Amino acid sequence: MREVRLSVNGRPVTARVEPRTTLADFIRERALLTGTHLGCEHGVCGACTVLLDGVAVRSCLLLAVQAEGAEVTTVEALAGDAGLHPLQDALHRHHGLQCGFCTSGILMSLAELWPRRDQVSRDEIIDCLGGHLCRCTGYVGIVRAAEDAFGLPAGDRG
Amino acid sequence: MSEVDPSRPLVGQPVRRVEDARLLRGRGRFVADLSPIAGIHHAAVVRSPHAHARVGAVDASAALALEGVIAVVTPDDARRLLRPFGVGVGGAEPYWPLALDTARYAGEPVAVVVARDRYVAEDAADLVAVDYEPLAPVLDVEAGRVVSDRSFRYGDPDAAFAAAAHRVEASFRFPRYSSTPIECYAVVAEWDAAAGEATVWSNFHGPFVMQPLIAASLGIPENRLRLVVPADIGGSFGIKSGVYAYIPLIALASRLAGVPVRWTADRWEDLVASQAGTDRLTRAAAAVDAEGRILGLRLEILDDVGAHLRPPEPATLYRCFGNLVGPYAVEHLAVEARAVLTNRPPTGLNRGFGGQQLYFTLERLVEMVGRRVGLDRVEVRRRNLIPAQHMPYRTPTGGVYDSGDYPALLDTLLREGDHTGMLAERDRLRRAGRLAGVGMAMIVDPSGTNLGYIDLARTPEERGRGLGKSGCTESATLTMDPMGGVRLRIATAPEGQGHETVAAQIVADALGVPMAAVRVDPSIDTASQVWNVSSGSYSSRFAPIVASAIHRACAALRERILAIAAEILEVDAADLELVGGGVRARGSDRAVPLRRVAGVAHWDPGALPPGVEPLLSVTASFSSELARSPAGDDTVDSSICYGGVGGLCLVDIDPDTCAVTLLRYASVHDSGRILNPLLADGQVAGALAHGLGGALYEELAYDPDGNPLTTSFMDYLCPTVREMPELRIHHLRGDTDFVPSRAKGIGEGTCMAAPAAIASAVTDALSGHGVEVTELPVHGGRIWEWLHTRERGEP
Ligand code: FES
Ligand code: FES
Repeated sequence: MREVRLSVNGRPVTARVEPRTTLADFIRERALLTGTHLGCEHGVCGACTVLLDGVAVRSCLLLAVQAEGAEVTTVEALAGDAGLHPLQDALHRHHGLQCGFCTSGILMSLAELWPRRDQVSRDEIIDCLGGHLCRCTGYVGIVRAAEDAFGLPAGDRG
Repeated sequence: MSEVDPSRPLVGQPVRRVEDARLLRGRGRFVADLSPIAGIHHAAVVRSPHAHARVGAVDASAALALEGVIAVVTPDDARRLLRPFGVGVGGAEPYWPLALDTARYAGEPVAVVVARDRYVAEDAADLVAVDYEPLAPVLDVEAGRVVSDRSFRYGDPDAAFAAAAHRVEASFRFPRYSSTPIECYAVVAEWDAAAGEATVWSNFHGPFVMQPLIAASLGIPENRLRLVVPADIGGSFGIKSGVYAYIPLIALASRLAGVPVRWTADRWEDLVASQAGTDRLTRAAAAVDAEGRILGLRLEILDDVGAHLRPPEPATLYRCFGNLVGPYAVEHLAVEARAVLTNRPPTGLNRGFGGQQLYFTLERLVEMVGRRVGLDRVEVRRRNLIPAQHMPYRTPTGGVYDSGDYPALLDTLLREGDHTGMLAERDRLRRAGRLAGVGMAMIVDPSGTNLGYIDLARTPEERGRGLGKSGCTESATLTMDPMGGVRLRIATAPEGQGHETVAAQIVADALGVPMAAVRVDPSIDTASQVWNVSSGSYSSRFAPIVASAIHRACAALRERILAIAAEILEVDAADLELVGGGVRARGSDRAVPLRRVAGVAHWDPGALPPGVEPLLSVTASFSSELARSPAGDDTVDSSICYGGVGGLCLVDIDPDTCAVTLLRYASVHDSGRILNPLLADGQVAGALAHGLGGALYEELAYDPDGNPLTTSFMDYLCPTVREMPELRIHHLRGDTDFVPSRAKGIGEGTCMAAPAAIASAVTDALSGHGVEVTELPVHGGRIWEWLHTRERGEP
């Protein structure tokens, strides 16, 4: 057992875990934030994506011990008192989610780009979304939402 | 995206979803997020590494010795404490959820370990020692054992073939794939030893005909099995209907371990041992007259249902029986329908369920007919479509197509889908040295299953001996709270379709209240709500069936509200309307708010008019009178409604790598009235991704020994955003008077049509090479083989 201390959404979380505990399980079972979902546990689907010190990572491929001392941001931190984050609002308006199981990961990958939203190209957004599997939407609403949120003209894909 | 006009009825408008508020915030509650009871332990399933093997001694001692392990379920325990699932047709052995003495597919459960957490459980699963004696597997559907075998004749197929100017025939292979929802199977089970009851939380979404089967497997009455399904399920597309087979196993684990047990499948388990659509071999022949009219069809269908005939199989064979002729006026059919066992995992529902298999064959065959008689693919279809004036149309197999204008659908498809533009682009690509092609498909999209169709697996004599099967019943319970708020309970267990939103639109319109005043609960608790064996989400039943039950519930509650308001306002109920959150006398300003009406019922029932029940809660049901058991001549109306769907597409094939790209796709629909166009288009886009996956990328592959080759998302390739084409969706202004909602399903048509349309386009692209696509998926590797075996002069 190892003691792991990290910060999740600005709140310190400390727990004694086996070194093999994944960051995803730590977030879900120790920080008790279940918005981070597991769809494959082998790094392909992207459902488990969170920000680690601002960088999008797959929490199923990291061990909690690797995140020692880091700041983890999960989907639960996006909406504030004022309401939904613009990315969430865009997904809502463009029907970019159905079951919502992939949605947290997609939001966090897009959230990584958000601080430099003025310079993000459409290609970069498609690349970013290309790292996620959504089996419900056919991606049409997701692409439209991302284009809208990032202020890009609507493309022809979907 | 257009906006919502609150002054107009909400049904038909692109209302944004109420589900999103929680899902976007990470506040959805999926089974893995629930801790419904204290002391939950975790299960890992020990699975056969062999496709076929005798299972000998199972030694759990090393596993039990591991710290944190509390129980291991062995085949002996299952034999002692479980019963096999009943199988509907003769010829197949009973289906046990655990291999007792023989493992019949690689991945079949052999034991279950229960431990403190999932990590330890998986460690311990590796320590369970099983003696296997490998046996030769059967993987070829033509060599497998036939467990369901029926022959059907409709009209006079022999005469049709004798009179035909042409006979066009070919064999078609449709692959096995799974639409792999991102959330895997998840179950939490608690066995209550004192009461002899089981409570199970899972992402099972029906059909709830499985509830009595699960109870029987556990050896308890149905009222001792409580199934709970949360409002959030992470996609299914039919795949999660198969989780039922694991429920007795995890409940048994809880029984033996004496604690509640959770099992959350991982992706490997999902790909090797959950559920897939059936792969199908069809030998098809068409009898054709000199003008290209199809007089008759012979279909010999072989469904590979895998290692067990797991209920509801062999339903894939029959789900589309009423619409076996698609949109074509074919009058004579001879059909052989067989379900075959092989050493692959069991099959079951997967979005489209029988439709994509059928239409791949039918549409390829129709185009071959066209080539034989010299008609292009548009003309050959036009010549055979059922004319609009024949609606409602009774098909030779017993389907009753409620409405539709297929020739107009075809014209609209060509126009709205930009056929001319696609052809021009194809030709431009060809001039640039590419292999490009345009393809199309026309299909009939059945929605709202009549469960009676499954009984076609039995002969009329067998059916005559026992209880018949029919029905599509759904119910809705609508309640008005003391302050006028409205609650609706439906038993649909949706997986992302947005039932909460659409149901609230319907109720808000019917009761004249804002959507925010309506709370819809689509979760399921079989112990405390009204449900029936056909409850659940499957066969596109929300729009025709569930929405109709909601309409009926609204009408019944409305009547009660109006009776009370009539007394208060001293106006005849017939002159009252529900509007603006109150009841108003038409053409006057006499009105009473709903909370006042509700108040009378709840707090002052003594003031109710005579004959009015003191309860503002109604349960209403809908089941179509068309949902009958199969007739003695084996005709059955297998679905309540039938929509029309056309697909048009453009593919580009790289001449060097043979990689196929779907550039454009147009999907045109007549689905009756559209309840919410935003959500309807979302269904179409999602269905296209599944059809595209099945046509080009996705195949559950096995080596010659039956070992699964596609065991992760690294080798089972699902379409990403990059693979999606430019998509155009168009809806005809449709209607149907067969159901009160006037709406037909829309979530499956495109995935039934797309594989056929893409195969048509690839055939067009390879027309210079004499290739006829008769099997899927058509990925680059396969095309390369076709082109190069031909170049080498091989057949
Ligand atoms: S769960 Fe981490 S990438 Fe799929
Ligand atoms: S919304 Fe269901 S997987 Fe994306």
